[in-house]
Amino acid sequence: MTRVYWMEAKCEFLKLLRMRSYSLSTVLFPLMFYCFFGLAMGRGQVTGASMPVARYLLATYGAFAVVGATLYAFGVGIAVERGLGWLQVKRASPMPLSAYLVAKAAVSITFGAIVVALLFTLGAVFGEVRMPALQWLALAGTLICGAIPFCALGLAIGNFAGPNSAPATVNMIYLPLAFLAGLWLPIELLPPVLQRIAPFLPTWHFAQIALSVLHAPTKGTTMGHVGALAAFTMIFAGIAWLGNLRESEKMYG
Amino acid sequence: MSVAELHGVAKRYGAIEALRGIDLTIERGELLALLGPNGAGKTTAVRILLGLASADSGTAAVFGCPPASQEAKLRRGALLQVAKVPETLRVREHIELFSGYYPNPLPLSETISAAGLKGVENRFFGDLSGGQKQRVLFALAICGNPELLFLEPTIGLDVAVRRGLWAHIRDFVSNGGSVLLTTHYLQEADALADRVAVINRGRIVAEGTPAEIKGRTGHSAGGGLEDAFMELMKENPIEEMVRI
Repeated sequence: MTRVYWMEAKCEFLKLLRMRSYSLSTVLFPLMFYCFFGLAMGRGQVTGASMPVARYLLATYGAFAVVGATLYAFGVGIAVERGLGWLQVKRASPMPLSAYLVAKAAVSITFGAIVVALLFTLGAVFGEVRMPALQWLALAGTLICGAIPFCALGLAIGNFAGPNSAPATVNMIYLPLAFLAGLWLPIELLPPVLQRIAPFLPTWHFAQIALSVLHAPTKGTTMGHVGALAAFTMIFAGIAWLGNLRESEKMYG
Repeated sequence: MSVAELHGVAKRYGAIEALRGIDLTIERGELLALLGPNGAGKTTAVRILLGLASADSGTAAVFGCPPASQEAKLRRGALLQVAKVPETLRVREHIELFSGYYPNPLPLSETISAAGLKGVENRFFGDLSGGQKQRVLFALAICGNPELLFLEPTIGLDVAVRRGLWAHIRDFVSNGGSVLLTTHYLQEADALADRVAVINRGRIVAEGTPAEIKGRTGHSAGGGLEDAFMELMKENPIEEMVRI
């Protein structure tokens, strides 16, 4: 039985790795942005945080990478496989549906972890980021665990979006969620009116936890953010479930 | 002995009655063709037997089990029309993955040769021709060594590929397998089916051997099933179907 999960994950990994629209954009965008904002412009200190920009942005671009890897794998992946009939073939087969979902989660989180590792390497080598080993590990662990709500959000998008519009839909959700939560630039640089929106975004709670691992100044408590993310996960899972119900009542031919 | 049955199954999608109480039985070792125009209810009947949709009323069973049960899934295979299959997996990877869903799958080499995929097993799915893609889907349907196969029309295949597929399907049936072939491709039903059920507007309007169906509508043995089919549709005019 575990073999099915393993095979499913292996195929999902190979499929996404060879799909350049996924593997390249998932890997390159966070690395490129980190190079621009974290390294090229990042010799200074973050205002209000006695911390170099290169180190601060490691947390936020790490979050950006993980959110992207999961949203594209789930949102676009499921919209296409569901909308164009492949998921039906799988559901008619004896494949446990949980294997399909667990494989997608495991593989997209693995992609996220690979990008985080590359970001850390860039930060350490070119950004002169120095931290105790435990802090590196804590940040990596936080970023990886933070993938879970975004797997659920991706599933919700994938269960509603059409196969052709899914990439645009994911971008319309992903990019504002990233920018408004301060994943691209420290949130203090955003206009105050936008800063007030941030607490309503799952990405902001995720970033606040990651930043607190680096002892950067944050708002709220870690437990509060974890609770908010758990609530978001439930909401997204509920929306995904509704999408699944709607699918089973859709008429074919 | 029946391997799959629908009893009084009705299914409605909003205002559309897709099935209005149909009875259908697939016997062991027979190929039953479910024949009907677009929108007649063929796909809905198959989706219910595959556990992809549930009946509003009536009962559906596959090997005596609910169609969505693991027991039913392990003993059947399905070739469904798919608009897009993941293209960045190799033929071999696709077949290995699906074989892994079953406790006693056919050996990989046997599936590959039965589906006529020797020589292309290391190609990416996206690099295959239309006929080869169809054969991969056939391989996924048979790799678990099923007793019951669901097949959707082999439209868009060239004659050679279609004939090859037909030969495999006949083999499968002569070895005791059962097949439900849904098609509006009449020649296919005529060439393959032991029995034909004609469905229109959500009801079975005729059932019998291809010869009986032709006879019923006054077409002698010389007449094609296609003439008989047109006759049956005239008796039961096709309602304009709203497609979602």
